[in-house]
Amino acid sequence: MKLALGPLLYYWPRETTLAFYAMVEGASVDIVYLGETVCSRRHELRLSDWLDIAKRLRAAGKEVVLSTQVLIESGADVTVLHKITRNTDFKVEANDMGAVHCLASKQAFVAGPHLNVYNLPTLQWLASLGAERWVMPLEMGRDDLALILRERPANLQTEVFAFGRMPLAFSARCFTARHRNVPKDDCQFSCIHYPDGLLMRTREDESFLVLNGTQTQSARVQLLLAELDAMRALGVDVVRISPQASNTLEILQAFDAVLKGRQSAAQAQQAIEAYLPGEACNGYWYGKPGLDQISTPAPATDRQPALA
Amino acid sequence: MVLRVLAPDSPVSAQVENPLRKMELVCPAGSLPALKAAVDEGADCVYLGFRDATNARNFAGLNFDEAAITTGIAYAHAKGRKVLVALNTYPQAANVKTWHSAIDRAAAAGVDAVILADPGLMGYAVKHHPELRLHLSVQGSATNYEAINFYYEHFGIARAVLPRVLSMVQVEQLLEKTPVEIEVFGFGSLCVMVEGRCALSSYVTGEAPNTHGVCSPPKAVRWQETPQGRESRLNGVLIDRYAPGENAGYPTLCKGRFDVGDDKNYYAVEEPTSLNTLELLPQLLAMGVAAIKIEGRQRSPAYVAQVTKVWREAIDTCVANPHRYSAKPIWMTSLDKVAEGQQHTLGAYHRPWK
Repeated sequence: MKLALGPLLYYWPRETTLAFYAMVEGASVDIVYLGETVCSRRHELRLSDWLDIAKRLRAAGKEVVLSTQVLIESGADVTVLHKITRNTDFKVEANDMGAVHCLASKQAFVAGPHLNVYNLPTLQWLASLGAERWVMPLEMGRDDLALILRERPANLQTEVFAFGRMPLAFSARCFTARHRNVPKDDCQFSCIHYPDGLLMRTREDESFLVLNGTQTQSARVQLLLAELDAMRALGVDVVRISPQASNTLEILQAFDAVLKGRQSAAQAQQAIEAYLPGEACNGYWYGKPGLDQISTPAPATDRQPALA
Repeated sequence: MVLRVLAPDSPVSAQVENPLRKMELVCPAGSLPALKAAVDEGADCVYLGFRDATNARNFAGLNFDEAAITTGIAYAHAKGRKVLVALNTYPQAANVKTWHSAIDRAAAAGVDAVILADPGLMGYAVKHHPELRLHLSVQGSATNYEAINFYYEHFGIARAVLPRVLSMVQVEQLLEKTPVEIEVFGFGSLCVMVEGRCALSSYVTGEAPNTHGVCSPPKAVRWQETPQGRESRLNGVLIDRYAPGENAGYPTLCKGRFDVGDDKNYYAVEEPTSLNTLELLPQLLAMGVAAIKIEGRQRSPAYVAQVTKVWREAIDTCVANPHRYSAKPIWMTSLDKVAEGQQHTLGAYHRPWK
């Protein structure tokens, strides 16, 4: 199985972002997804900057994929989409059907995690249009994945989101700007102040969700280290690590160590426990609420309590 | 399979050529009495779902069995109205056949269109029921012309329902670039997230719109009286806490009150409120919007009757004389009475909402 670094979901200062990807050049990772997928107002890096990073990462031996914005609203958004999908240098991850339209039957692409591929006929259709990899929806579990992979199209790779706060929802509204009481059109780029997003807690102080501009994430951190063997057995080809503000490289190392058999999942988990920005969860994988943490692969009827 | 090909980036002006075309009123029906109320009060189309996870209002006691659909279609057709069936969840890997069978049943019942979100399901419909009219559901998350034209080219969709995320200018720009009829939401409970792009409910409860046709499902809801006040919980997660005398709303998880930073106890995501675009009708008509959708298959026949009556009158008034149209205060008052949170918003159509 290969290791992928997902697109950076947060808005970091330019120098921070450049320094991060300079480190990634030497990191134990096979595939790197690049680009702004959340908000078109974010401009610390322009497309040309992302392409520069892409070239450096490719020179360092990484497979580079450019990710498109998930929610495309304006004519300007479509123009940026066209610039990305018409580039001939790098493969593209399509994150909405508009992007698939631009890529279909023209160049091989990655079908991103927000395309809502929940069944085999839809996956087969995307493969027929040129998808060479698909990323399983966040809320899909292992049992449904197993069913699909039993008959998956030839030459189609499967990727699973295996580490990070999960991007669960997208909106036209910016919740970070709302929190700071400024309109989205004059957001003052508020999200740059929250390198791991802005934590939203319940009124009994449980960490619940994370506001990341127009995106809403889980406060808990999806952690599927102990599930890597099961994924391999099912035929998963790639696991995705989502970047966070600190220790992303150590997370990559831990996954790499398990994938290459240098460490057990338990050892690796212990090694990175302190680096998690929130509690771990793995419920989706087991067909449960996403925030659940199933300690051992449990029988299907065993229901874990949620936050209470 | 490609049915049609549009020249890239070509402006398509099927709607804008005739801005005073009829604008359809599409009303919800969670039951036969609601369908009859909608038809009686002047809905052009009524949309409904089967009693299972194939539609996005999969609630107990709601929706239609075969007999009710047959009766409902006969009732609507006798008055020259249309019936649309929403099959707008995503077929799950283990039981794709359930959704296929729902398409077959809808076609056999003689519905006027099916409202779909999943491309695989559209492929099935095109192959097995080539005459069946297809609408792209709001759950398909198609927010731009590239996405909508894609479904048009591959599956020949006749209409697309826009997610409630675009501003008026964005809706207008989109209309100029697609031959597909555009339907927009006019009234009802408001999803603050892009429809089809929200897994918050499954994160908390294991069930969500895409997978089960539910959001914040009733079986996960618990109400508790506590010394701090009345609490609503969703699978154990505290969604809101109400002071004595405060109106308690259904704990849709994005509409609860939470703490962020030093801000305590505020609607961090969205307050309970209804979308109401009555005042935008002349603009929507002029830009060529083909249909206005009313949300609320989970609501009572009385709600459907009230909302349909107001919107019928508003659309007729607007079409007759768009330049002199203004939303009558009595329309707004009667809609606010049935609105979620008893208040309304223009939502994303009005940029400051974002």
